[in-house]
Parts: sequence; C-alpha cells; structure tokens
Amino acid sequence: MEYILIFITAIFVNNVVLSQFLGICPFLGVSKKVETACGMGAAVAFVLTIATIVTYLIQKYVLDQFGIAYLQTIAFILVIAALVQMVEIILKKVSPALYQALGVFLPLITTNCCILGVAILVIQKEYDLLTGVVYAFSTALGFALALIVFAGIREQLSLVNIPKGMRGMSIALVTAGLLAMAFMGFSGVDKGLATLFGLN
Amino acid sequence: MNNFKVLMNGIVKENPTFVLLLGMCPTLGTTSSAINGMGMGLATMFVLICSNVVISLIKNLIPDMVRIPSFIVVIASFVTLLQMIMQAYVPALYATLGLFIPLIVVNCILLGRAEAFAAKNGPVPSFFDGLGMGLGFTIALTILGAVREFLGTGKIFNIAIMPEDYGMLVFVLAPGAFIALGYLIAIVNKLKKA
Repeated sequence: MEYILIFITAIFVNNVVLSQFLGICPFLGVSKKVETACGMGAAVAFVLTIATIVTYLIQKYVLDQFGIAYLQTIAFILVIAALVQMVEIILKKVSPALYQALGVFLPLITTNCCILGVAILVIQKEYDLLTGVVYAFSTALGFALALIVFAGIREQLSLVNIPKGMRGMSIALVTAGLLAMAFMGFSGVDKGLATLFGLN
Repeated sequence: MNNFKVLMNGIVKENPTFVLLLGMCPTLGTTSSAINGMGMGLATMFVLICSNVVISLIKNLIPDMVRIPSFIVVIASFVTLLQMIMQAYVPALYATLGLFIPLIVVNCILLGRAEAFAAKNGPVPSFFDGLGMGLGFTIALTILGAVREFLGTGKIFNIAIMPEDYGMLVFVLAPGAFIALGYLIAIVNKLKKA
C-alpha cells in the first residue's frame, strides 16, 4: 500500500517537473514533438532507476562506511556520468534497436538535474532500497507524463498565430504554467489516499 | 576595457537567464521571493567565478579526452565547499534553497562557461566572465523573485508595499514561476527589438 501511495504521489501530486522544478531543461528542450518526448521519457526512466540503485549502494557501502558523506555531490555526479556512458556502450552492444531509439538522448541525461536530484532526495528521505527504486521509477513516469502532455500541447501551439514577442520559449513557459496549475488540482490526493490506506 | 566588455556581455547581451535560457531549474525553483532568488544567484556566482578561474589555470594540463569529467570534478569540488560554508554561516538560507545547492553541479551555465570561455582564455578574463555571467544570473533571479513576491504577497524583500489582504498566492506556487518567467522573457524580447 505504501508503494502505491509513493507511486501516485510522485506522478501526480509532487510531479518532478511541474511542482519540484527538476529536469526543466529537457522539459523545455525536447518537447517540440511527441515522438522525441516519448524517447526522452523512456531514456530518463531507464537511467533514473539504475542510477538510484547505484548511488544508493555507493552511499550506504562507501560514503557512510568510511565517514565521507560530505563527498556525496562529487561522488554522485561522477557515478552518474560514468553510468550513462556505460549504459550507452552496453545498449549499443546488446540491443541496437533500443540504442537507436534512446541513443541521442543518453548524453543529454548526464546534465539532467532530475537524476542527481532524485538520487540525493532518496538519501535525504531515508528510504530503503526498494522504496527508493519505486520512488525513482514513479518520478521518471511523472517526468515522462508531463513531457509528453506538454509536447502534445506544443504541437498544437505551433499551428496558431502567436504575438511576435511571445513566440518560442515565452509562450512555452506560460503553457507550462497552465499545465502546472492543472496538476495542482491533484494536491491533497496523497493525504486522502493515506487515510484510505490507514497509513497516518 | 576589454575585461569590462566581457563583464557587460554576461550581464546584458548574453544574460544567461533571459537571453541564453540556461539554468532554468534553479531559476524557477528558488525564486519564490526576491531574497531567495538573490541568495541562489550569489551562490551560483561564487561557484562560477572559482571554477572559471581554476579551469583556465589548469586547462593546459588536462588531456582533451577527459576534459568534461575534469571540469565537472572542479565544479563539484567548489559546490561541496559552498555547501559547507553555507551550512556554517547561513543555515536558514541553506535550508530554504535545499536541494538546489548541490544541483548547481548540473547547472548548464557552469559547464557551458567552462567549455565556451574558460577553456580558451586566461584567468583574468575568465574571472570577469564568471563575474559578469554570475551577476547577470543574480540580477535575473532577483527580478523574477521580486516580481513573484510582489504579485504573490504584495511585498518586495519582505517590505510590505500593498495592504495585507492583497496577493495572488498562485505566483508564489509552482505555476506562477512558469508564467512570470514567460512574461518576463516576452518583455525582454520586446525591449531587444526596440
């Protein structure tokens, strides 16, 4: 039950892009077409889940073990960068089809702040490994959902006549604001569910 | 004179937020008030200046192939330093900015300036580039924070300007960040043409 609660909260209530402001760059950058948005969403889901597992193990068995928790930022970013490279190489070898689909997006993911952000959040919230993985995967789903919905709206937007100064990023940001308002409608759902499951 | 040009370039012509549209996550995430925006801007500026100077000093020692990872290590070291300093001297601000301080590492502005400027220029111009870009970022964040704080609560820098019951709460919340920045960019676009 607890996992379902985390799942729904991470996707709808505390959406990673629209309410926590993580991963805005890819959200604005690769949302011109629904197709590329799907590719990016899948790539993030893949890397985020693996990265969370690896960084969790590093934190528990290296950083905490030797009392060097202050090196967290450096260690995590290097691990994530190396991991993305490794995933790229392995995918190329093992599944060329998947590599074809996700390849372009993988290098971009290193500087996607939602990967590092979620890795740090899992440690801060003191989740255990399984909870952390559920949290990471549902966060990635929330990211994909926001990205794909946003790309769909932007595809329609490109057909209408927008005032000159508002074209491009400006109207995209206002649209994202309206989308965030729509997602605000979910606030409180997490508390309702917690009561329903008898968790609080 | 040349250094002055580099400085102004970062503040006006290539303003990282309004013109280059880099580093959007902290821009949106930390500007719920003018003071928070300014704190985030100054924190980023500190890391940017230090990393720019150090990278321009060691640029000849780094093999081209491991360039990017080395830059990231330099940036991450200064971010860790900043985390410790802020925890010690401004714990309240550190708590408000929270996750966005370690996330300075993945701010595109830092790696972008390291790659585009510090790796090609000496330490002095790199210092001014860092200062200019940092100031441009700080000013942009402070303006956005002030606009949101004013529309949301009727205050700027915690000084009440409008009567107490005034305020559109939505501007302090997530959607207001997107909308306020969208309109600010539209205004900048308009000014650029004029």
